[in-house]
Amino acid sequence: MIQRAHHAIHGWLLLLPAMALLALFTHWPALATFIDSFWSTPRPRRPAAFVGLDQYRAMLADPVFWQSVVNNLWFALGTIPVSIALALLMAVWVNDRIAGRALVRMAYFTPTMLPMIAVANIWLFFYTPQYGLLEQVLSHFGVATHNWLGTPATALACVIVVAIWKEAGFFMIFYLAALQQIAPVLAEAAALEGASRWTFFRRVQFPLLMPTTLFVLVNAVINAFRTVDQIIVMTHGGPDNATTLLLYYVYQVGFGFWDTSYAAALTMVLLALLAAVSLCQYVLIERRIHYR
Amino acid sequence: MDRRQFVTSSAALAAGALASSAIVRAATEISFYFPIAVGGPIPKIIDGYAADFEKENPGISVKPIYAGTYQETMVKALTAHKSGNPPVICVLLSTDMFSLIDEDAIIPFDEKGEPEKSWIGSFFPAFMENSRTGGNTWGIPFQRSTIVLYWDKQAFGEAGLDPEKPPAGWQEETAFAQKLTRRDASGNAVQWGMQIPSSGFPYWLFQALTTQNDVVLMNQAGDRTFFDKPAVIEALQRWLDLGRKLKVMAPGVIEWGTTPKDFFERKTAMMWTTTGNLTNVRNNAKFPFGVAMLPAGKRRGTPTGGGNFYIFKKVSRAQQEAALKFARWMTSPERAAQWGIDTGYVAVRPDAWSTTAMKKYVEGFPAAAVARDQLQYAVAELSTHENQRVTKALNDGLQAALTGSKSPEQAMKDAQSEAERLLKPYR
Repeated sequence: MIQRAHHAIHGWLLLLPAMALLALFTHWPALATFIDSFWSTPRPRRPAAFVGLDQYRAMLADPVFWQSVVNNLWFALGTIPVSIALALLMAVWVNDRIAGRALVRMAYFTPTMLPMIAVANIWLFFYTPQYGLLEQVLSHFGVATHNWLGTPATALACVIVVAIWKEAGFFMIFYLAALQQIAPVLAEAAALEGASRWTFFRRVQFPLLMPTTLFVLVNAVINAFRTVDQIIVMTHGGPDNATTLLLYYVYQVGFGFWDTSYAAALTMVLLALLAAVSLCQYVLIERRIHYR
Repeated sequence: MDRRQFVTSSAALAAGALASSAIVRAATEISFYFPIAVGGPIPKIIDGYAADFEKENPGISVKPIYAGTYQETMVKALTAHKSGNPPVICVLLSTDMFSLIDEDAIIPFDEKGEPEKSWIGSFFPAFMENSRTGGNTWGIPFQRSTIVLYWDKQAFGEAGLDPEKPPAGWQEETAFAQKLTRRDASGNAVQWGMQIPSSGFPYWLFQALTTQNDVVLMNQAGDRTFFDKPAVIEALQRWLDLGRKLKVMAPGVIEWGTTPKDFFERKTAMMWTTTGNLTNVRNNAKFPFGVAMLPAGKRRGTPTGGGNFYIFKKVSRAQQEAALKFARWMTSPERAAQWGIDTGYVAVRPDAWSTTAMKKYVEGFPAAAVARDQLQYAVAELSTHENQRVTKALNDGLQAALTGSKSPEQAMKDAQSEAERLLKPYR
């Protein structure tokens, strides 16, 4: 009995440092943000007053908020499926014994290692009208010059491409690790049965990769709603809010306008959205995953 | 109050007085946040100034802290202020004055009695417009700029224009730009006539157009804007026409950051940008270039820009006095001249331009004096209460019009009604 109690105390003590850090830097700030969102922003001559749901009501009437939500959904829809598919494709390819495998793997992983600020600046040059890389290539095909980041219709798509380029290599590493966990006997058995490459991937590799896919998916969703640095460097949310994503708007309201309470309310929406999506993913998709 | 209480409290008072005089006698330390917005070895220059100042003022030690861009510096300074431990002195955008006052973060420079008045009066009046409100001076000009026109003399020659003659007025500017725009066989522009950038902070460049059209965007109290006046809409129409109707400028939103590069690559023959780019252009343009005042519409005009010194409130009196001394020292004629030469910023006071160092510099590089000469036409940069929000309303409207998603009238009406909503509580 005493031994069991000791075990329990031991266990809790081991958990304590991580728990304390989480509580201090994650749970308490989240709770404080939630509380702040029901108060007005304190100013030197006007202390904070309880305003109930006013911040949320203002949010519903705020066109920039709605635009940032819509932009963020498009951003998620544009980045997540493509970057996961690309990651899977690259991983399956560099998992095979091809010449210069290490080099190709490294090449795919390079974008992940570069700092986002540097990446965004490089792409800024790619998209520059007239003499940017993209324009130079397109001009050979006689395509008229286009102001990629300066036109609302194309700006968001340009930002999405950068995100995919940056993320696919990162996700590839997870797939690569998972692929190497798959026992070679399965491949041999499939080969004996005369299964095609595609059948082997569809019936064996892909199902066995599902836990990784879920993990990558959750991460991709979180990243999609967490993007802010490349927006700051590339577009500042412009032109006319065409590339304003939720987190960038939170930053702008909080540290540009110093309307901290409204920023708190926006943050709560972001948190709720992410929590809901993650929950859905775990509840709905996990059922269909085969864990070994 | 009984006797015992009296004795202890007077003892405490005496101890306090002793302690504070001890602080005065020991070195007063002042933290100094500064941002960087132009190229060059700025931290090294600033550290050098601080060391020189300490040599001349043994009782004061200055700790310069590089704090990022203007925006990041503002975030750091205000966060520090809210936590009760602000920097003593800080360089922040002149337009942040109202925000800093509303946060009760800074003290005015002219609360401290008469002698300072003459110092405060020694700056170019155009720079003081963004530094004063409600009868007080809250900021001291330090790294200030204006917009100027850079032109490619070689391109002018190729287009049959006089390479030494920049456009003086709007009509001339249009005519020159039309001649300078070159297209290939399929009608695509290979070189634009001119370029006014419109990403990030289009309101600043727009303010040059509105000033030239002889209209102001806000009042001095910073609680009213005039975005929907017909003359403002007219100015926006001109900006729009350059890209869409006259086709002498790329349509849509033009990136601020790559505009100098567009000029170096000869993709545009004229550009509007800050005087802060002067050194950059001088080092990178591989062709002869000129610098001119912005062309006149009904009048000449440009907003000022850049950063002021601010002294924070929640620091000791001794630190504020030391900071004041530092600000005075940093803006002395010789220092102002040197700072201008080192960076390309406009030296902030007329007597800085008559120092020998500056005279020599201008002699070798006359373009440096254009910004000074333009100052007589300069106006205050857009600055109001809730500054960032009001500015964003205008920026969004400008970009909506430039990208064609709203008509100029609609865009400016929307911006005005948003500004009106934000500013009402401050009247």
